[in-house]
Amino acid sequence: MDIKAEIIAQFNQVAQEHDKRLAPLTDQLALLNSGLDSLCFAIVVARLENSLGVDPFSDDEDARFPVTFGDFIRFYENAKG
Amino acid sequence: MKMQKANPVSLWSSIIASGSLSTRVLVGLGAKASWGELAYGSILDCPTEALRGKSVLLATTDQFRASAALIALDGIVRRVVLFPPDVSVEHLPYVARTAEADVLVTDNRATASTAHGIGRVVTCGQNVKPVNADRGKFIETEWILLTSGTTGQPKLAMHTLGSLAGSAWETNPNASAIVWSTFYDMRRYGGLHIFLHAALTGTSLVVSSAQEPVADFLARAGANGVTNISGTPSHWRRALMSPLADRIAPSYIRMSGEIVDQAILNQVKAQYPQARIEHTFASTEAGVGFNVSDGLMGFPPELLTRNPEVEMKIEDGTLKIRSRRTATRYLGAESPVLKDAADFVDTGDTVDLRDGRYYFTGRRDGTINVGGFKVHPEEVEAVINRHPQVAMSLVKAKKSPITGALVVADVVLKTTLAESGPEALRNGILQFCSAELDAHKVPVAINIVPMLTIGESGKLVRRHA
Repeated sequence: MDIKAEIIAQFNQVAQEHDKRLAPLTDQLALLNSGLDSLCFAIVVARLENSLGVDPFSDDEDARFPVTFGDFIRFYENAKG
Repeated sequence: MKMQKANPVSLWSSIIASGSLSTRVLVGLGAKASWGELAYGSILDCPTEALRGKSVLLATTDQFRASAALIALDGIVRRVVLFPPDVSVEHLPYVARTAEADVLVTDNRATASTAHGIGRVVTCGQNVKPVNADRGKFIETEWILLTSGTTGQPKLAMHTLGSLAGSAWETNPNASAIVWSTFYDMRRYGGLHIFLHAALTGTSLVVSSAQEPVADFLARAGANGVTNISGTPSHWRRALMSPLADRIAPSYIRMSGEIVDQAILNQVKAQYPQARIEHTFASTEAGVGFNVSDGLMGFPPELLTRNPEVEMKIEDGTLKIRSRRTATRYLGAESPVLKDAADFVDTGDTVDLRDGRYYFTGRRDGTINVGGFKVHPEEVEAVINRHPQVAMSLVKAKKSPITGALVVADVVLKTTLAESGPEALRNGILQFCSAELDAHKVPVAINIVPMLTIGESGKLVRRHA
């Protein structure tokens, strides 16, 4: 599965369900400026755990939190690899 | 050993006694005043004396204005109810009735115009104006905090300034170097505790605002030299996701309000290596229990007996607390009992003893904590069960590394699935929930199951994570 495409799809889906206006998802975009709140991120992470089979936030207690959208994608790609 | 001090007479007199009134400041979003200006001024559009003996419902949007109003009201009014801005205004008439409120203090025009059946409305101005310093005789004001109830209506827990301040209000000789802040709203127990700590021990304080993005708040906290800061694990996870997380350089960090896991302790330590990090057990009803400072999740058993002012025990798997910091009672004729016959408050928080250390595991009543917001499963189940195709449902927690927990539901259908398939039905149930419930209460997943287990009591069997 294309990890980046799946992440983009979930960001869009959750934003739509919660009436959030999503900023253009560039690699440099700060996650907190994406338009999603904490609850939306929690839902995105839960759904990605279902679709990708990983939760890199829970798998590594010492992992640094991703700050940009690009960090977020790499966070999942590295977890997969 | 510290002597037990008598309860503070009033917030006002304690602020005066804590000194450095002109140099210590309270900073809000777009507002700033010294504690001296706050103590010898008022933000209310009427003389405080006119409110003597009244029951006041304080429902401002802004935290700075709420703080200023509290300094004016405590010791003068009979009762002050702190109505947080995230509680739906629909509950305001119920809260006003239960608290027998006769005055509404607000900075919100819409709230002021409806008044919600309260006889008198007092508005807050933008600025603190100097007033006559003579405060007359002080009375012990009842402080009412709202907590979530199983029916969806808030519960009203009664405190006094003494129980809220606890023992943490000794004036600190090094206070002038300390600038406190908190991600909490100061109308919530976690935020109010920090507000009072700053006011009574003699430090400055930077309050947050619901209208302010996290990054802006971090920048403002940094610019004001915040040294000590508190929040829930969810607040901290959000802060760490901000590109401006490095704008603050606190020397002390406190977490409370949710179960603290090892990941968030490690992540906060990695971001702020210079900070001393503690996690605190506290609740609106039980007050502050203890601080854990060894950098590990859970707590060592000896903490339960270390502080003679707070008696704690684990009974039937939950933590029970007896101290001068607990709430007195719930307001309202049909409200539940807050303390047992021996004055212990059952926190309802379940713990497991593993390898000589206690770990919090959840809530005995199944309450789910989503990013600091409580969700009662019964409230969500009641909504799902009104869906025409649903026979019964069980709402439970799913662990989340972002908000601590999320809500999920197991649903049993009345009939076999229609041809439209499970996806359409799930969406239908979710739409049903979204229309009636706050976003954090809406299940993130609906699992259609053949049956749910009913126990001998005739109730659903709940297995709490």
